[in-house]
Amino acid sequence: MSVLVDTNTRVLVQGMGQTGRFHTDTALAYGTNMVGAVHPSKAGTIEHFEGETDHSGVQGRADIYSADLPIFRSVVEAAEATGANASVIYVPPPFAADAIMEAAAAGIELIVCITEGIPVGDMVIAKRYLEDKNVRLVGPNCPGVITPQQCKIGIMPGYIHKPGKIGVVSRSGTLTYEAVFQLTNNGLGQTTAIGIGGDPVNGTNFVDCLDLFNQDPDTEGVIMIGEIGGTAEEEAAEWIQQYMTKPVAGFIAGTTAPAGKRMGHAGAIISGGKGTAADKIAALKKAGIVVAPTPTDMGTAMLEALG
Amino acid sequence: MRGDYYGHAVRKGPSLKIHEYQAKQLMKARGISVPSGLLATTVDEAVAAVRPLIEESGNPVVVVKSQIHAGGRGKGRFIEHPDLGGVTVVLAGIDGGVEAAEAAVRDLAGKMLGSTLVTIQTGPEGKQVNRVYIEQGVDIETELYLSVVLDRAVSRNVVMVSTEGGTEIEEVAEHTPEKILRATIDPAIGLANFQAADLAYGLGLEGDAFKNAISFMKALTAAAVELDTDLIEINPLVVTKAGGVMALDGKMSFDANAMFRHPHIAQMRDESEEDPAELEAAEYDLSFIKLDGSIGCMVNGAGLAMSTMDIIKYVGGEPANFLDVGGGATADKVTAAFKIITKDPRVKGIFVNIFGGIMKCDTIAVGVVEAVKEVGLQVPLVVRLEGTNVDLGKQIIDESGLNVVSASDMKDGAQKIVELTK
Repeated sequence: MSVLVDTNTRVLVQGMGQTGRFHTDTALAYGTNMVGAVHPSKAGTIEHFEGETDHSGVQGRADIYSADLPIFRSVVEAAEATGANASVIYVPPPFAADAIMEAAAAGIELIVCITEGIPVGDMVIAKRYLEDKNVRLVGPNCPGVITPQQCKIGIMPGYIHKPGKIGVVSRSGTLTYEAVFQLTNNGLGQTTAIGIGGDPVNGTNFVDCLDLFNQDPDTEGVIMIGEIGGTAEEEAAEWIQQYMTKPVAGFIAGTTAPAGKRMGHAGAIISGGKGTAADKIAALKKAGIVVAPTPTDMGTAMLEALG
Repeated sequence: MRGDYYGHAVRKGPSLKIHEYQAKQLMKARGISVPSGLLATTVDEAVAAVRPLIEESGNPVVVVKSQIHAGGRGKGRFIEHPDLGGVTVVLAGIDGGVEAAEAAVRDLAGKMLGSTLVTIQTGPEGKQVNRVYIEQGVDIETELYLSVVLDRAVSRNVVMVSTEGGTEIEEVAEHTPEKILRATIDPAIGLANFQAADLAYGLGLEGDAFKNAISFMKALTAAAVELDTDLIEINPLVVTKAGGVMALDGKMSFDANAMFRHPHIAQMRDESEEDPAELEAAEYDLSFIKLDGSIGCMVNGAGLAMSTMDIIKYVGGEPANFLDVGGGATADKVTAAFKIITKDPRVKGIFVNIFGGIMKCDTIAVGVVEAVKEVGLQVPLVVRLEGTNVDLGKQIIDESGLNVVSASDMKDGAQKIVELTK
């Protein structure tokens, strides 16, 4: 078992430019079920991929992979033709929020937006648009979602992940890789690793992911990696205290960051918290979460939480 | 306002700040009421501004306002003139007429221009004042507070108002939070009339002031959305004796990621207000923030960069900078980053911490080797590589013959660089 993605996930790519092509290739090498792409200026063409199989991914495949992905004008057309149930967005920032809304309108269940640098105002509108739709957005500005040896959607290096029992949820990119690497080195594989992204307005949050992991019978523990700013970690801590039935370890980046001064405070006044690392660590500890004192201790903190 | 940049903390990518006079130009262009004013970069320009402003308003009072990107200007003082505030009201015109006001402005502008203003937000080194804004005096009935900012908890903008104008909003929030009123803006609707009316009523406004406040709030909220601001703060927002509602001060900063659709705002950027090293870094698309310590850091990814600083401090060192080379860095970018770090004379050692994902360790290694060859290496260098092509990366470093210390993990690397710089 896993959450969000597995071998039944059929992935569409929105934005088959240089970046989109590069990561589609990596995903195919990993064994992700990529079914097509949306790129209006290339609509009607076929994008060919082939190369050496990444054997850290889906098991039991030949050493060489080859795929021809059809390119469509719109998500609706692509979804109809391919039966895609997930989409990954590599569209440039000025158009990415629109791409999210387009995927939602087409009924794509899982939308993973990798794009970094989307205007906040665009995301405010996109999030409002998603409110009454039965879709899940992960990101933007995130590494993506991976269920080891089943499905990799995004830009993370696949080979550091191993199948196992730990759920990973993080606001950061490379810090997530660091955590996964430490878990794997400590003999702890992962059910699914989710990068929720670092933007002030995003889709899936910590609580959503914790809830998913809590319900997943195969997940036996969760590590959450937060950072300064906002109050998402504090809200997660409260939720954990009330509902979480599994051990949780955590880490918060930004202990030494200079205060956000004016802007940080103005935002904090609204949210009713300061969003500092110290506040977050205190909230996590209060909820019984084992907090890693340094980023090198994330793996051992998870071991400690599991007891 | 370094915190604004901080990795993902507030947002990725810096926010763009503009001066008060520019914020007021933008407001005025949208029909939002502000006092008239004229910008001066020389004493003569400042003096020349006085007569037209007084003749237009009929009010003999003018205000001379230092233009720097920092708050607390009124209470701030100049290093060269310890008794002079950064915002000074000129009353000489009341008895002495325009000529007396001009003489006073000549004296003030002469002292302010080129001098260094220290406020609670500039740090002790202060900021040089290169522009002053000469503004009409206003007959103030009451001072209020108004801001529009993103509420991350609900992913929407919120309007905040308070009767405690002129006071730092942080202090109001701490001591009398009940005096802050809020309205959340539905992006599909904007600030509804009833919401603005509720706020105006809550501020105790009546008559013309009530109506004018509603118009003001609706126009300002629309401006926030259309101009992609990440903060608009009007403190104080004033009610005039005639019932007008006016922005006496105005602070605006913008979402840098949205500036592609606002070229006229992007042009308002004043690079003299920014750190030269941070500007250079921005040219190479590097996220760089200068700090006060002695250990230079080069890391990929904001979260990892922040936690690298954390661990340096944890083992007893002080980071000299935050530097995120990003996910898709090239050898050139790494070389540029290295040069920026080594330019800082306070840097006594460098810690490179890379977890290769998309960015391959061998790319980083090539960049580091190139940079060292080009700029030399006067201080210890510790490199920790992990992830994609790690063996190849380590091999490149080893074979370069450079005096580089390898680290097995983040903590090991932090301990080694702190030890080497003692």
